[in-house]
Amino acid sequence: MTAAASLRVRSSRARGRARLNRLMTGLLVIAALLAIMPLVLIIGVTVIRGLPAMNLAFLTETFNFSRREVGGGYLHGLVGSLYMGGLAALIAIPLGITTAVFLTEFPRSPSTGPVRFFSDVMTGVPSVFVGLFVYTLLVRHIGFGTFVGGLSLAIIMLPIVVRSSEEILRLVPGDLRRASYALGARHWQTVLWVVIPAAAPGLVTGSMLAVARALGETAPLVLTALAAQTVVLDFQGEGQSALPLLIFREARGAFSAGQQRAWAGALELMLLVLVLSIVARFIGRRIRG
Amino acid sequence: MTALRLVAAPLLASEPEPTTAADAVLQLENVSVRYGAFTAVRDITLDVPRNQILALIGPSGCGKSTLLRSLNRMNDLIPGARVEGQIRYNGEDLYDPAVDPVEVRRRIGMVFQKPNPFPKSIFDNVAFGPRLGGTRDGLDEAVERSLRRAALWDEVKGKLRSPAMALSGGQQQRLCIARAIAVDPDVVLMDEPCSALDPIATLRIEELMRELAQRYTIVIVTHNMQQAARASDVTAFLTMGEDRAGHLVEMAPTDRLFTTPATKLTEDYITGRFG
Repeated sequence: MTAAASLRVRSSRARGRARLNRLMTGLLVIAALLAIMPLVLIIGVTVIRGLPAMNLAFLTETFNFSRREVGGGYLHGLVGSLYMGGLAALIAIPLGITTAVFLTEFPRSPSTGPVRFFSDVMTGVPSVFVGLFVYTLLVRHIGFGTFVGGLSLAIIMLPIVVRSSEEILRLVPGDLRRASYALGARHWQTVLWVVIPAAAPGLVTGSMLAVARALGETAPLVLTALAAQTVVLDFQGEGQSALPLLIFREARGAFSAGQQRAWAGALELMLLVLVLSIVARFIGRRIRG
Repeated sequence: MTALRLVAAPLLASEPEPTTAADAVLQLENVSVRYGAFTAVRDITLDVPRNQILALIGPSGCGKSTLLRSLNRMNDLIPGARVEGQIRYNGEDLYDPAVDPVEVRRRIGMVFQKPNPFPKSIFDNVAFGPRLGGTRDGLDEAVERSLRRAALWDEVKGKLRSPAMALSGGQQQRLCIARAIAVDPDVVLMDEPCSALDPIATLRIEELMRELAQRYTIVIVTHNMQQAARASDVTAFLTMGEDRAGHLVEMAPTDRLFTTPATKLTEDYITGRFG
């Protein structure tokens, strides 16, 4: 044996590796910062420009006066968004989760392949096409309204719910299924009482993502919900308003009062999605028990 | 326990073969299990004696777990798995087309290698089986009874509503045993139940198996020969041939198999010369 070298002595290669390590760490930090920059900017600008016009009146009033005047609010848009978003969630979430359960539980069924393919294709369909589709199929016959608006949002949501739910259900450990079967559970009992509860937090998160996406959609609503000046509670037949529709209309306008409202509307929409996400997280955790 | 066995023994004393028992819960006759073209175990004939602990030992890959899974039709869940020969449970063919595998699994429960509690509360884990059968009343008593039998009650009685995942590994495995016996099965199959546990937790499970054997029949697959020697009444030694298909070498009361094995192969294995 040769005399032991001190632990403090570093080989020249080790020094090179340490330098490379620092360089790479630096690059990764820069990449991460660049990636979150748009998010930070969007949130920052929306808060800064939305706050001046954001007040209680904005949340609780409508406006049916000229767009050049200050005041009023987007209550009709909020109600319309919640109404159509809720309707879309009621349609798309149960349908999407059941589809995902079908895809994961019956992988050898001949319809699994086509269902997955079409659901993937639907993810890529531009949202304005969805609006056109519902317009040709329904609006021309039964008119504009909450229902057709909600339906077009549901079509946007469906593939997102299916895709995210499928991924989550696939992650449920096989150990849990086997434990359930070994106790004498049937397939449906295993799915209903083991697989879905174990996946619940993820299913809720995926569904929320879809709701958030639908709440921000403008294009499909232009052709289905159209617009409204006041709070509309009709299910179908009356034009309905939505936050993105109002934002879109006023942000394009030439009047600074309208643009102010549009910024506040954007802030409201952002907060709405945030609140819904927090509530959904909470619910997801409760389901798991 | 001894008294129980003495009472049970004369009831059905008719089988003359060496691997048969006086009173067998499960009788395997020329059982082979195949996965597609691959034969995992071949031509196994043995009896599982009632209210005793049968240990299946043998080198990795000799098909112990496969054989175990065929006893409660868990192999049905593996695509391509096929069981040939006959397995009789209290005289009835387990694989008869008229037999519902779900009913089989309610009578013949299973505990797995890795503790696998559901991500639910301790109570809901144990109550899962009884609830499957539609039990709504008396769940509290059933859960307490099972947890007591699994020697877990004293540790969890104050926190039945807290998540099972928060328990230690050894506690989780005892919870899985409580869950398995909550449906009051006849037989409990254990697939290396201690391989993920520390020695102290392992010892507790072995003591527990002793307790449980008064009421249930236990078949345990183990890699650990000391465990088989310590904890079982009867031991079956399996090994695999050239074609990697497992077969039964010898089955005997545990003390005899470990002191005076009948074959050279068994002797080599238990003395650590191969496997």
